[in-house]
Amino acid sequence: MSAILRLKELALSDTGFVFDPASGATFTVNPTGLCALNAMKDGLSREEVAARLRERFDIRGGDPARDVGEFVELLRQHGLISAEPEGAQ
Amino acid sequence: MKTRPRTIAVTGLNATDNPAPGVGVIRALRAGGDASLRIVGLAYDALDPGAYAGDIVSDVFMIPYPSQGLEAFVSRLEYVHRRVGLDVIIPTLDAELPSFIDIAPRLHAMGIGTCLPTREQLDLRSKASLAALGARAGIRVPRTAALSDADELLRIHERVPYPFHVKGVFYGATLATTFDEAVSAYYKVIAQWGLPVLVQEHVTGEELDVVAVGDGEGGLVGAVPMKKMLLTDKGKGWAGITVRDPELVGIAQAFAEATRWRGPFEVEVMRDAHGRYHLIEVNPRFPAWVYLSVAAGMNLPRAVVDLAAGAPIEPLRGYEVGAMFVRISIDQVARISDFQSMVTTGELVRSGGLS
Repeated sequence: MSAILRLKELALSDTGFVFDPASGATFTVNPTGLCALNAMKDGLSREEVAARLRERFDIRGGDPARDVGEFVELLRQHGLISAEPEGAQ
Repeated sequence: MKTRPRTIAVTGLNATDNPAPGVGVIRALRAGGDASLRIVGLAYDALDPGAYAGDIVSDVFMIPYPSQGLEAFVSRLEYVHRRVGLDVIIPTLDAELPSFIDIAPRLHAMGIGTCLPTREQLDLRSKASLAALGARAGIRVPRTAALSDADELLRIHERVPYPFHVKGVFYGATLATTFDEAVSAYYKVIAQWGLPVLVQEHVTGEELDVVAVGDGEGGLVGAVPMKKMLLTDKGKGWAGITVRDPELVGIAQAFAEATRWRGPFEVEVMRDAHGRYHLIEVNPRFPAWVYLSVAAGMNLPRAVVDLAAGAPIEPLRGYEVGAMFVRISIDQVARISDFQSMVTTGELVRSGGLS
């Protein structure tokens, strides 16, 4: 299954509860993570995801694009994506 | 003229921290609220917890262990049939299945339906035959060897590397990482289950299970895959969730096709880090967590009753992903008179029996 397909299959609740129907795994994410996940499900690139985060949250300084990269790596470690999503490069 | 209610007998009323499937099967049959349905529990022990679940079990009868001989077994079932009238029996324990399969024609002659595999089919999925089954069904199976002599442990690592599981033919698995642990586990299995003793390669990964029913023609009546979320210290699932896993259902389908299995079964697999599935075992009966199939919208025990009764049945397709079970341990309240009845008469008839 492609990474994007896996992401699209994830069930995300407004409270940040994540259910992977393929593995049965469940996770919780904070509002930032939820926003990033939804953006990735929409197929946005890493920069576009970072831009959406800047738009939604009061981000001063830091490097949201790098943070998104780390988040993608975290998703991979948890088996939620099998490869680098085409969007969030 | 008063008609007798539809009466289903279910075995496996033990419900400790390693519960037998009986109570789960009975709850599934009760789902849907057919108040006229009569459920008869067949117990091996006067303290089987399911015997005291009066809200779901109408009547209870003690039955002898199959090891006491087929005639004693049949004689007792004939008595139960005379007392309450049985339409279908659903056995739920590995060790009793051979006996039920052997007496199935006699049960049918009494008008009692069953939904069971043949002895040959039962043997195909035995732990000792798992490798051959894997080859036949095209399913990956961990390296397994059947031992009948402790001396074979000296060189078993040449065929099955350490660590490996030492298993009984019906039940039990101990992980052995050294020769000494293997010997200890071997004799523990011998004491409990006799020969052969199985040695199976240890596969790491996620454990997944499928409960399914085969139609006896090579097809599936239905199947629900589940991932365990919480395990007891015995490795038994205490919580689980249904998952969307076509490949896993495909394994159950391949098993049913290769064996033309009739009746309930449970497939246990490990999914390794590469996403490959390894068949650990196939249990020839419902698992204790079978009520989850009802929660997911696929009542497999009821399908088995229909098959046993010879009723036409449509394949069940589609189940809810994300249905969960979380097991609970409760203290049932019972009366000493009920326990006395179980101990002294071997029965507890709440329904009034045949009137």
